Amino acid sequence: MGLIVDIRKKLKSYNLEVSFETNGEYLAFLGASGSGKSMTLKCIAGIETPDEGKIILNGKVLFDSENKINLKPQDRNIGYFFQNYALFPHMTVEENIGIGLVCSKEEKKKRVKEILKNFHLEGQGKKHPNQLSGGEQQRIALARCLIYKPDVLMLDEPFSALDVHLKEKLQNEVLEILKTYNGEVLMVTHSRDEAYKFCKNLVILDQCKSVMTGNTKEIFKQPKRLITARLTGCKNISKCEIVSKDMVRATDWGIDLETDMEVPLNITHIGVRAHNFVLVNDLDNKNTLRYKIKKIYEDMFEYNVMAVKDSEEEYSEITYNVKKQEWDLRDDQKNLYLKIPEEEILFLNE
Amino acid sequence: MELSPIIISLKTAAAAIILTFMLGLFVARFVVNMKSEKAKMVVDGIMTLPLVLPPTVMGFLLLIVFGVNKPFGRFLLEVLGVRIVFSWTATVIAAVAISFPLMYRSARGAFEQVDKNLLMAGRTLGMSEGRIFWRITMPLALPGVVAGGVLSFARGLGEFGATAMVAGNIANKTRTLPLAIYSEVAAGNMDIAFYYVLVILVISFLVVVLMNYFSQKERKYLR
Repeated sequence: MGLIVDIRKKLKSYNLEVSFETNGEYLAFLGASGSGKSMTLKCIAGIETPDEGKIILNGKVLFDSENKINLKPQDRNIGYFFQNYALFPHMTVEENIGIGLVCSKEEKKKRVKEILKNFHLEGQGKKHPNQLSGGEQQRIALARCLIYKPDVLMLDEPFSALDVHLKEKLQNEVLEILKTYNGEVLMVTHSRDEAYKFCKNLVILDQCKSVMTGNTKEIFKQPKRLITARLTGCKNISKCEIVSKDMVRATDWGIDLETDMEVPLNITHIGVRAHNFVLVNDLDNKNTLRYKIKKIYEDMFEYNVMAVKDSEEEYSEITYNVKKQEWDLRDDQKNLYLKIPEEEILFLNE
Repeated sequence: MELSPIIISLKTAAAAIILTFMLGLFVARFVVNMKSEKAKMVVDGIMTLPLVLPPTVMGFLLLIVFGVNKPFGRFLLEVLGVRIVFSWTATVIAAVAISFPLMYRSARGAFEQVDKNLLMAGRTLGMSEGRIFWRITMPLALPGVVAGGVLSFARGLGEFGATAMVAGNIANKTRTLPLAIYSEVAAGNMDIAFYYVLVILVISFLVVVLMNYFSQKERKYLR
């Protein structure tokens, strides 16, 4: 059971090539804008038609180019949550939610009323979408998808249309609501935080190709590929040369790094997350350099320190994120020594 | 002053707007849904042609189709016993032919303005294409469609050139208001012509105001 997708489609700029399977856990598509995330969802929903491949949902063939099967979106029983919600502006909330229900009038009324209650929208049924807040509109769009009990719920950038201060609250609300739904959930996002928070599994898309699939936490821990490291928020990436089986040279940063495991032979880059540098007092540590500070950007709780190896030669900047307190109270205010812990080095290939 | 031009004109414009409205919507929906861009351009060109051609050219083309010596006209006359040219029906056909592009283009523009995501949402919610058209596309395109209807009605009411060619200028039969105005002026009866002009002004103005009022009322939810 689950969703099996293996499709190809010629697009203007790239060719979409996506394949993955779900196993009942929430799945996120992470990719830059224009990487084919929404197009993939549209193909699954039947709004767009792939050139070739297969889409099978719980054993039901939705699309199969070889056998010329292509079910209409109406027959796929897939819930699609649109980025801008796509609520019908001329209909009331009740009409929006019940528009596609096929049942008697009384039954429809009952079910709409029930779902409005479950989604904390009581008393809003007669209003039009534009009279409601962003969060309420989002819940209506979700209610409209879920009232049909779809086999798969697809969320296309569900939080991108919201103000930042609302986002976190609504993310938690949506997580609560989704607990009542027992189908597959696919989510498209360009936010690594959303992917991490919502979805156990991850598909990484790059230039319309699914380049990596797997468990979200493992992928964040070991991105393995350059593009994956970037998409999961790794700010520091350097070209590298393998020196020995437990040492790599980060050529962009001018440092030889000892590793705690054998260096994979196929790597081309190494990465270090900005949080993972450790502030130390001198050079008597492994993998440590003295840095010159170039710039410091101030966040709410952190500083982003842009620094470069203190040497005659020109090296690339690294980004170091540090808690304000730790930075302000550091012992040595003049010099900056940073250590790259062995276990935090990401081995990457292109 | 004869009342018959007023009655003939109103009857003609009313019959014409019903036909134009339905035909315009139908063709607009067909063209919007066309897959091939090239075919779309060609069909759109043909459908828009009456707008840019002189009405007399349209009248000439209609004569070629409906003239009693031409195949289709002869067929209508001999098999069905219907003679189109110089009949009241011809005034309606002329008005439809001339006003159709206004309806078609307005409706098409209005349909294309409707957010595609809404139509896709309708599909994923299991709505049939027909239901999507009547419940989503039409209500959202209504102001544009109504505006097209207003324009077409006004154009049909004012049709002169094509009407004169296929329907002639037969008093009490095919003499519509514009033709009556022309005839009265030609005969030197400026006073009577003036009354007809006044009638056309009042009717046209009323229709526009009414339609505006209704389209405003419909869309309060968007404010």
